Amino acid sequence: MTDRAAQREAATRDAVETRVSATPDRIPGQPGPIARYERAIIGTVSVVSFLIFWEVIAQIRLMPELFLPGPSDIWRAYLVLLKTNTLGRDIWVSGQELLVGYGLAIVVGLPFGLLMAWYKRLGFALDPFVNFFFATPRTAMFPLFLIWFGLGLGSKVAIVFLGAFFPIVINTIAGVRNLDPALIRMARSFSARDWDLFRDIVLPGSVPFILSGCRLGLGHALISVVVGEMIGAEAGIGLMMANAGSVFQTARVFVGITIVAGAGVILTLILQKIEARFQSWKPQP
Amino acid sequence: MDVGSSTEGLRNNAVSRVNLRARGVTIHYWVERANAAFLAVDGIDVDIQEGEFVAILGPSGCGKTTFINAVSGTQAISGGSLTLDGKSIEGPGPDRAMVFQQASLLPWRSVRDNVLFGAQMQRRLGREESARRADHLIKLVGLGGFEKAYPSELSGGMQQRVNLARALATNPRMLLLDEPFAALDAQTRELMQDELLRVWEEEKTTALFITHDIKEAVFLADRVIVFSARPGRIKREVQVDLPRPRGRETRRSDRFREIEDLLHDSIQEEVLAAAKRELARGAA
Ligand SMILES: Nc1ncnc2c1ncn2[C@@H]1O[C@H](COP(=O)(O)OP(=O)(O)OP(=O)(O)O)[C@@H](O)[C@H]1O
Ligand SMILES: [Mg+2]
Repeated sequence: MTDRAAQREAATRDAVETRVSATPDRIPGQPGPIARYERAIIGTVSVVSFLIFWEVIAQIRLMPELFLPGPSDIWRAYLVLLKTNTLGRDIWVSGQELLVGYGLAIVVGLPFGLLMAWYKRLGFALDPFVNFFFATPRTAMFPLFLIWFGLGLGSKVAIVFLGAFFPIVINTIAGVRNLDPALIRMARSFSARDWDLFRDIVLPGSVPFILSGCRLGLGHALISVVVGEMIGAEAGIGLMMANAGSVFQTARVFVGITIVAGAGVILTLILQKIEARFQSWKPQP
Repeated sequence: MDVGSSTEGLRNNAVSRVNLRARGVTIHYWVERANAAFLAVDGIDVDIQEGEFVAILGPSGCGKTTFINAVSGTQAISGGSLTLDGKSIEGPGPDRAMVFQQASLLPWRSVRDNVLFGAQMQRRLGREESARRADHLIKLVGLGGFEKAYPSELSGGMQQRVNLARALATNPRMLLLDEPFAALDAQTRELMQDELLRVWEEEKTTALFITHDIKEAVFLADRVIVFSARPGRIKREVQVDLPRPRGRETRRSDRFREIEDLLHDSIQEEVLAAAKRELARGAA
């Protein structure tokens, strides 16, 4: 009897102590040992399986190589292209066009969008043009750029710029319009000047919108490079792909595709890194 | 003017200077949808003395925020005059600082950088000095150890403390507080009220405090101004002659309850009048 009581007492004491000082097995939000790598593991497995599946399909030659080369065929074509030394030049030319055009679009588009959103009357004046260009397929302007800027870098830089510029501008405007008016009023009540508002509230507050605009713009920029070079160029990945396609060097077309896709993936990753840097204050979802 | 005709217990008496003076202050909003002006505040006359703690009490939607925004200089008035130390209020200035109804913290700034924001905008202090003052204020409002936390990591009450510290960091002559504790639970609210009084006594600023909580108004203020329901007019002014420093005993004293009852009746009339008006409008 007393034994029981003592036992019960001890159990109660234990329960209380556990409640007070227990360290939980797992805190919600704390990643488990595998969860941290889950994403990478599953992603890699799925991509590798796909490549193997593709290779098998290609190797049993259900379809002729001309129609569907496998990953190993594409790799061989890649090595051949590297030896002839034109591939490096093509990548260099396309890369220049992409980076110069896209960089210009960001450098010009960001302040452009901020100003349009901030100064209402400037917005009224420029809205019709932005809407017109955003609604028109911008590659339709390319023949014009060929006439104005020639077959060289100029025409492609222009089309890339135009492709990336409008998504960036439109998202920047949306970002500014979505700012919390209470924050603006707060800053104003502390005598903030226009420039302070820009730097301390408008810019950081619209960063998520601006960055998603940059990501959209990047997609448009890549399309513009490839299409532009296919229509009229002296060198570049797009031209290489168009030439290869016209003589049924299918593996070379795939080489072009992987290079363009690789560039897209790398640049998107860079943008995501930048985004993460700006969002470190955000609560984790 | 209704209750204590004596001025015992008040920090300020006839010799102190008038800080804020409102004469017939009228404020309209332009309502685009109705294509008409909406009268929010109607003919407010108020004098606030240097160092005085004044509370404005009124039902929801009666124009309290509108009026305090006008004092802060972020809301234009459409009639009357509003002067601070004899100078007409044309816009925001470093002599006033607002504690907002919503905490309005910048989510991308840490607690310390949020506290420094106002002072930074007013270009008040050097880097060294402002950092020291921010740390002092963060401790004063009881947030020591949270200097580097972001607003999303704070509770509502903690955010309001940052909101308060940000205003204090600008060393204002007049502190404007717009229902700063309305969103807090009763216990936290009383705690914050105690702390506000402590800070106010230490910093010796003038305070204009808006609330719809009668107890809060009585506990904090030297004088309570009751606003009528929409549009905001002054219905009544009550001196609160409770001795300072105030604390737990103040809340339990008979005098406290007496003043509270008086204000309660006055407010109830207002709320009923407003409800009747709404009903009449609904029926029409
Ligand atoms: N920007 C605005 N445009 C039009 N009307 C407004 C605007 N802001 C407020 N009002 C109106 O003015 C009146 C007073 O609003 P105000 O925000 O000053 O009320 P309040 O007394 O602070 O209320 P609460 O206690 O709920 O905060 C309200 O009836 C509201 O409908
Ligand atoms: Mg309000």
